[in-house]
Amino acid sequence: MEFWYSEKHTNDIKFSIRVERQLYSGKSEYQKIDVFESKEVGRFLVLDEFLMLTEKDEFIYHEMISHVAMAVHPHIKKVLVIGGGDGGVVRELIQYDSIEHIDLVEIDSKVIEVCMEFFPTITQSLQERRVKVYHKDGLRFVRGCQNEYDLIIVDSTDPFGPGEGLFTLEFYGNCYKALKEDGILVNQHESPFYTEDALACQKAHKKIYATFPICKIYQAHIPTYPSGHWLFGFASKKYHPLRDLQEERWNKQKIKCKYYTTTLHKGAFYLPAYVEELLKNVE
Amino acid sequence: MKDKRNQNCAPILDALQDMRKGRLVPFDVPGHKRGRGNPELTAFLGQQCIEVDVNSMKPLDNLAHPISIIREAERLMADAFGAEDAFLMVGGTTSSVQAMIMSVAKPGEKIIVPRNVHRSVMAAMVLCGAIPVYVNPECDERLGIALGMQLSSIQKAIAKHRDAKAIFVNNPTYYGICSNLKAIVDLAHKAGMKCIVDEAHGTHFYFNDNLPISAMAAGADMAAVSMHKSGGSLTQSSVLLVGKGMQAGYVRQIINLTQTTSASYLLLSSLDISRRNLALRGKASFDKVIRLAEYAREEINEIGNYYAYSSELKNGDSIFDFDRTKLSVYTLDIGLAGIEVYDKLRDEYNIQIEFGDLGNILAYISIGDREREIERLVGALAEIRRRFKKSKVGLMQQEYLEPIVAMTPQQAFYSNKKSLPLQKTEGFICSEFVMCYPPGIPILAPGERITKEILAYIQYAKEKGCNMTGPEDAKIENLNVII
Repeated sequence: MEFWYSEKHTNDIKFSIRVERQLYSGKSEYQKIDVFESKEVGRFLVLDEFLMLTEKDEFIYHEMISHVAMAVHPHIKKVLVIGGGDGGVVRELIQYDSIEHIDLVEIDSKVIEVCMEFFPTITQSLQERRVKVYHKDGLRFVRGCQNEYDLIIVDSTDPFGPGEGLFTLEFYGNCYKALKEDGILVNQHESPFYTEDALACQKAHKKIYATFPICKIYQAHIPTYPSGHWLFGFASKKYHPLRDLQEERWNKQKIKCKYYTTTLHKGAFYLPAYVEELLKNVE
Repeated sequence: MKDKRNQNCAPILDALQDMRKGRLVPFDVPGHKRGRGNPELTAFLGQQCIEVDVNSMKPLDNLAHPISIIREAERLMADAFGAEDAFLMVGGTTSSVQAMIMSVAKPGEKIIVPRNVHRSVMAAMVLCGAIPVYVNPECDERLGIALGMQLSSIQKAIAKHRDAKAIFVNNPTYYGICSNLKAIVDLAHKAGMKCIVDEAHGTHFYFNDNLPISAMAAGADMAAVSMHKSGGSLTQSSVLLVGKGMQAGYVRQIINLTQTTSASYLLLSSLDISRRNLALRGKASFDKVIRLAEYAREEINEIGNYYAYSSELKNGDSIFDFDRTKLSVYTLDIGLAGIEVYDKLRDEYNIQIEFGDLGNILAYISIGDREREIERLVGALAEIRRRFKKSKVGLMQQEYLEPIVAMTPQQAFYSNKKSLPLQKTEGFICSEFVMCYPPGIPILAPGERITKEILAYIQYAKEKGCNMTGPEDAKIENLNVII
């Protein structure tokens, strides 16, 4: 007998992974949490019936959401990660000796608990000495911060559900306030491809564009996410993601990556025409 | 004490479910016949919903003369609210308020009312020919809002108008301000008057001990309760509660004068289900609402310049108590009028609040709220302050404009009149309502003299973008005056 995990990428498109077995199923105060094991993509985490990460391709997402800003801003010392309870972003960040402190704000402590059990190699990063974990609402947390962080990374779920507050103008505005005068905000920016995702992507861009002086979008190919074509937002008060890219400095640090390179960094900001158009329409 | 009925029951809900299961063949109205005749409407509202949009029939009773399930639901309602009797209402709390007024006053009889009443009260007076005796509510100078009724003003009004039939109390106000209801009821009864209460914003008072006293507990004769506000039922559904001092049969006759003969079972069932929910789970639900509102208040006051007020305003009289579920915020110290904050919240942050007036906003916190939405509201208010704060200069305070009543609302409404440009109306008697809505407190009511101050206020409120309603001329460039 065959078991398949299926996820609706749209009302009319389904994406399926054959499952060897289900490792965990539970419900937290905020969402449904499931962990499956598969042959092709290894273990994978599902929140509220949306796939969040697989062992096979999580490196793409986590490297791309972390290293782009790190290669631009020359002295990032204090970082805030919102969401990201799986620990993937923090795993990337703790490779940098220059980072002194990382605050991670994950509203759902159950996500961390479950990931610690089933994805220990990823989530163990949260136990590193420079990392402090808060179980709080992300919007609430940034509201209380002013001129504090060099980098904020928003590793959120989709904008339907507990992550909704992290796609709002009030959130981006409060992030702006929480960043130092040369700070950078990087967020997972949904996919431009299917209609509903594209709309969410446009809405987010419109709000960030209204909040930050520099607001650029870059892309990556993430096979298990809807359409596989995924975007990230790079919003900044001072640094331009290409003009201020410090290739030599970054490469000297010998950070180990499987996807990110400084060459790819440059390419990632060159978007397909239809995506450029989509974004331009809300600028 | 009579036995209390079992609040687990929901007779209207049960009867509708039986009807659905019974697959009754409809050869009666409504003509959409369980939705089949109007597929677009069915697709929009859903099959479940449209199937119970049915008409009165034997197993479903009749709201005009209830004898079975509706009567049973009314008795359960009365028990849940600690009232002698209760009427399910389908014309909004406006219809409940009008039924109260028409039940206590005949043409030419007086009712003592605070000026800050809902437009429905004035409309009821136009309908039944009662004469308003206004009690000036005290006004909070800083916040610019009308407060509750002072006992001394009521005593004066009683002494001056011993023939008045009733005292009408608006409790709590839109902003959450409560009068000394128990004492007002006592004053009324001692003077041989009824005490009737517009309790549109007080449904929750009946289900949580940590909230101000309810009208029925205070011994009032009638109370109009907007179940659809804090009670969770569908918009336009309401409840009229009556105490011992009223003839329930007469009240029913009054209600039937203006009530539809095709009462919606969607509304009726929503009242029945909401009553059950409140009776069984109200206490815990409103504990949570209070907690959320208190949290929001603390956080908003922490932002700076905003003032989210609460029980600290209590003064033993015109602010006898405060409804802590209300999140009223004074905004003038950030240099923005309440209405401007209201607009920014909706236009920029996609947050719709209940209303904004010149100096305040009100965000309605209810049994449907969650922490995450509260965070959005607080986060947006913090951002509005960061982005738009300016100096306070140039904003006019909202003030109470004392009405000059020149004739009864009914006389004025039916008199011969003409339309004049706003600026030329000074000195005339107005024949229509002018109000800033919400909260729907009249600036002018039919029969009142138009003054220079009133005209200046209308102009200013218009410029500030307040939603002005009432006059025949929707743009309020002209007013109808009596000739």
